[in-house]
Amino acid sequence: MGSAILKIRNLYAGYKDGGWVLKGINLDIYKNKITAIMGPSGCGKSTFIRCINRMHEVVDGARIRGEIYLDDRSIFGMHPIIVRRKIGMVFQRPNPFPTMSIYDNVIAGYILNGIKLKREEKDHIVEDALKKVFLWDEVKDKLHVKGTFLSGGQQQRLCIARSLAMGPEVLLLDEPTSALDPKATRVIEDLLEELKKDFTIIIVTHNASQAARISDYTAFFYLGELVEYEETERIFTVPKHPKTQEYLSGKFG
Amino acid sequence: MNSIKQKILKDRLFEIAIIFFTALSVLPLILILFQVVKNGIGAINLEFFTHLPLPPGEKGGGILNAIVGSFELVFIASIFAIPLGVLIGVFLAEYKNKLTDFLTVLVDVLQSTPSIVIGIIAYLWVVVPLRRFSALSGSVALAIMMLPLIIKHTKETLKMVPSTLKEASYALGANYTSTLLKVLLPSALGGILTGILLSISRVFGETAPLLFTAFGNPFFNINPLKSVESLPLLIFKYALSPYDDWHRIAWGASLVLILIVLSLNILVKLIIEKWEARF
Ligand SMILES: Nc1ncnc2c1ncn2[C@@H]1O[C@H](COP(=O)(O)OP(=O)(O)OP(=O)(O)O)[C@@H](O)[C@H]1O
Ligand SMILES: [Mg+2]
Repeated sequence: MGSAILKIRNLYAGYKDGGWVLKGINLDIYKNKITAIMGPSGCGKSTFIRCINRMHEVVDGARIRGEIYLDDRSIFGMHPIIVRRKIGMVFQRPNPFPTMSIYDNVIAGYILNGIKLKREEKDHIVEDALKKVFLWDEVKDKLHVKGTFLSGGQQQRLCIARSLAMGPEVLLLDEPTSALDPKATRVIEDLLEELKKDFTIIIVTHNASQAARISDYTAFFYLGELVEYEETERIFTVPKHPKTQEYLSGKFG
Repeated sequence: MNSIKQKILKDRLFEIAIIFFTALSVLPLILILFQVVKNGIGAINLEFFTHLPLPPGEKGGGILNAIVGSFELVFIASIFAIPLGVLIGVFLAEYKNKLTDFLTVLVDVLQSTPSIVIGIIAYLWVVVPLRRFSALSGSVALAIMMLPLIIKHTKETLKMVPSTLKEASYALGANYTSTLLKVLLPSALGGILTGILLSISRVFGETAPLLFTAFGNPFFNINPLKSVESLPLLIFKYALSPYDDWHRIAWGASLVLILIVLSLNILVKLIIEKWEARF
């Protein structure tokens, strides 16, 4: 076990109507590891990772209770802007800003937050982030083309670069490859393995083999509860909980 | 075999019918254009754009006062209508409550209000308090007419911007204001500009609301607090006059007006083609 960068304690979350969608989650996320979040549709995976960067609170009428510590500081004591800069997020469908060039998409976080940078600083951040996502060689000659002209897989990597450019500690990915073809998926998987040297990664995935391939730890959620949390190798070979077993063998999902 | 032939024949007949009726409905448009060009083209020369109208009986003269007046009226109207319209459009797109429901109905009512009535409103609001006809009062009337189109286009295009872009912006730590200004509005810019230009081209040819507001002015004037001429008003007055020279000028002015409105519409087409954001 490494050191825990995120500690989730007794986390409850819900929406305007209805009860709690997450019911008392306790979980430690380890630094420089990839943690996969799995579970059947509607069990609260997206809700969970959106709590971690305080995006859950953006939803009208959303409720949240419990504690989340980033490096032993409560994220609810920090400004959401700081939390979101330290904890980046990538979504299911690639969503580069359609009015911005590839270049501007990478530094979108700075543009949107009104942070002025010198030309050389910007160039450096853009090149660095695009190299990290293996996109630099593909786009270095067309940085001023609109980001939406790229292929789906390239767009998703651009979105990852956009998050990395803010210099986060943690990267949250909500089914980042479910809208991509197998080849583009593979590129992103390789990329994540590379990125975990510098970042801590939490990835929601429906794809058990993807979780097995890339993650170090796997958390299995069922009906808003954390059923099992183990090293990936162990959970896939000797799952303790019968629900995990059923899910991994494809009985439901 | 037979039934296939029948189907093809039916198809063919249908096609012919469609072409026929399309041609029938476009025909009047073409005739109008033809008529205006035929009668108007003779009046147009450099003097027509650079000189003021002359008294009846004197040859020559131009419609400079009306052209300048028309642009001034629309310019001042835009200063009121564009910011307000975009703002209300944003509000209607982002919120849903009793007030927005009420505003939505109001916008629909406003859109179907006859322009002469809006002229009366502007008369009561501006002409009566100032005790004079003025470009300003005409612009207020035109601005009221521009609002519904701008509001609706802003609202509808903003609603088409995918919510994932908003999420992406928030996830980068942006607040609402910069998300709106730097992500949502730029993404919707094509639609908003379309609404603005369509509203301008709509009010450019309006006569009724100007009759008792801008009133008309045979002299050159750009003071917003005094009455101004406008192309539709000039056409109205000159066409009703008993003088042949003035009829000619009315035709020429009609041609100018049509060309301006036509250019605006072509501009809209170009914007839609170029700036349709790809999401
Ligand atoms: N904005 C919302 N308003 C109300 N209820 C919501 C909202 N988003 C999600 N829910 C509910 O919360 C529960 C958990 O949803 P969540 O999106 O977290 O599930 P998930 O595990 O990510 O599912 P999937 O695998 O389909 O993405 C579901 O029952 C869903 O209906
Ligand atoms: Mg989900």
